Amino acid sequence: MSLNRYESQVRGPLVEGSKDYHQITEDICRPVEATPSKLWWVGFIISIGLLIFGVVSVTMEVMYGTGQWNLNKTIGWGWDITNFVWWVGIGHAGTLISAILLLFRQGWRTGVNRAAEAMTIFAVMCAGQFPIWHMGRVWNAFFVMPYPNTRGPLWVNFNSPLLWDVFAISTYFTVSLLFWYCGLLPDLATLRDRAKLKWRKLFYGVASFGWTGSTKHWQRHEALSLVLAGLSTPLVLSVHTIVSFDFATSVIPGWHTTIFPPYFVAGAVFSGFAMVQTLLLITRKVLGLEEYITMEHIDVMNKVIVLTGSIVGIAYLTELFIAWYSHVEYEWFAFRENRVNLSSPYGWSYYLMMGCNVLSPQIFWFKKMRRNLLVTFFMSILVNIGMWFERFVIIVTSIYRDYLPSSWSTYYTPTIWEIGFYMGTFGLFFTCYFLFSKFFPVIAIAEIKHILKRSGDNFKENMEKDENESLEAFEHANAHH
Amino acid sequence: MAIKKFITGNFYDEAVLFPAVKKVRRAGYKVQDVYTPFPIHGLDKELGMKDTDLHIAGFIYGITGTTTAISFIGWALARDWQINFGGKPFFSLPAWIPIMFELTVLFSAVGMVLTFCWLCQLAPFVKKDHFNPRSTDDTFVMAIECTDKTNEEEAVAFLKNAGAQDVQVQSRETGWWFGRYDRETVRFGRKVPAV
Repeated sequence: MSLNRYESQVRGPLVEGSKDYHQITEDICRPVEATPSKLWWVGFIISIGLLIFGVVSVTMEVMYGTGQWNLNKTIGWGWDITNFVWWVGIGHAGTLISAILLLFRQGWRTGVNRAAEAMTIFAVMCAGQFPIWHMGRVWNAFFVMPYPNTRGPLWVNFNSPLLWDVFAISTYFTVSLLFWYCGLLPDLATLRDRAKLKWRKLFYGVASFGWTGSTKHWQRHEALSLVLAGLSTPLVLSVHTIVSFDFATSVIPGWHTTIFPPYFVAGAVFSGFAMVQTLLLITRKVLGLEEYITMEHIDVMNKVIVLTGSIVGIAYLTELFIAWYSHVEYEWFAFRENRVNLSSPYGWSYYLMMGCNVLSPQIFWFKKMRRNLLVTFFMSILVNIGMWFERFVIIVTSIYRDYLPSSWSTYYTPTIWEIGFYMGTFGLFFTCYFLFSKFFPVIAIAEIKHILKRSGDNFKENMEKDENESLEAFEHANAHH
Repeated sequence: MAIKKFITGNFYDEAVLFPAVKKVRRAGYKVQDVYTPFPIHGLDKELGMKDTDLHIAGFIYGITGTTTAISFIGWALARDWQINFGGKPFFSLPAWIPIMFELTVLFSAVGMVLTFCWLCQLAPFVKKDHFNPRSTDDTFVMAIECTDKTNEEEAVAFLKNAGAQDVQVQSRETGWWFGRYDRETVRFGRKVPAV
């Protein structure tokens, strides 16, 4: 009998091949239980190297002050805040996938949510470094917390977007971590029950919190996940909104723009998905998980990339149009002379941003391109470069020519310690990711099992059984009395 | 601790499990729990469980967060130490909305997770028994609690008849959460000799 009608003509199966529950456990636990490959070690050691470079750079900055960076009176925010916004943006895809797609009942999220959430947490960790170390006297960093102090007590300024940022980023980090770890509990229990080595039994025994898979626990777990998703959805939108307020509430031409919140959020999702692509393309290849992170997943994520890339493109053009239409001469000058004018000192960065973020993703209108791994990988890198330059354009081109033309001569280039700090966060990010992919299941095992019988070959087999059943037998088995 | 007896059976298919739960409950057996590797929708209803009220707890934590934020910021900026920021009112509510929102989410999320862990008695270093380690892999394990009236052999036969495989009678110490469990049982694959 033809079972074509059970196959979506638009979407492929979420899990390829005919698998049973045990096979899923085996497939996803294999990389965790095997000794790491040579490739893993190479990547891990490079990451550690970068991390050490970062630690040295930060040490230099702490010892000699922020003067180690090429910031000056005019360009007070340079690479550091650019990197901060870039990392926070990357940290948005994980929660978008795990929370918003859960609310929208998108089945494909199950294959990618675990790795994407991990990526979120590591990216937010990296992002947090920049404002903290930029404080200079970093040992006073706790001053941002409202605690009863001996200076009055003098409270922090709750009206300041910079303080909103402190609350937004720390809340985002905490909630993402909790959400991620709650999802991990059942999978860690799976690893615990499979463990043969002593340290594994101990490690996963402790980490799984004594999870048993009791029906009542699952019921609460589902309720918890749903409410956490409901909370994270406005949270993820609020975080980048608040980051954009750092700029939008100021009176600097180029920053003083009401379009910033939606524009930043779209950009964040855009860059986040690009980073998810970069990581998952490597992960699925190295860990042999092509049957779980399928072409279908890559295809839909590329669709998100072309959508958000186009939203970002419209935002760029709107911003430019409004700068002209508003008749604010300072605003229009910032756009016309500092950005659009190719012969201005930073004009090149504006066109790099436009090319990478707006033009290049348009190739994803073609299915062939969306399903081409090489193109996808290349594009994901390109988008991330483009999104870095977006932040650079916003921050540096808005401030390098201030109201005082005598300070215009400054052309800002980073010092080795600024570059080192940025590289160091790559080290931190990838060190964390390598450890994660070694010790934790990179795909949510329980969630994949949950969707298994509703997708792919298993679904068809199930349906075949029902098809061949007589009406009475079907009614007897399925009707609820 | 008292020792209790349980009859456990494995199921490999949801289609077998659901009618079996119905039969076992209808026959008057006390189902201790069904341990599954992933959430099975409808099983909680089938087992006669009430809906969880966790989301109500989440709401209460959330409004606690909102109240904390607004009352603290209001007190700090408008009463305790007034600072004139560009001539704006001391009690400037719109500027506080971001932090009020963030604290609402933070309190709600942290509170709910802690409540979840408390209700399910989950914490690091807690060991619990779920009768069959494969229940986190690919089987659905039903455990029936034996009472004074239960005829073990009859119950074993009943469970087998309902479609369960590898039906066993297992003894467990009651209240084995917090790391207490029957010493005879295999825990994390290691056999502990009986004292």
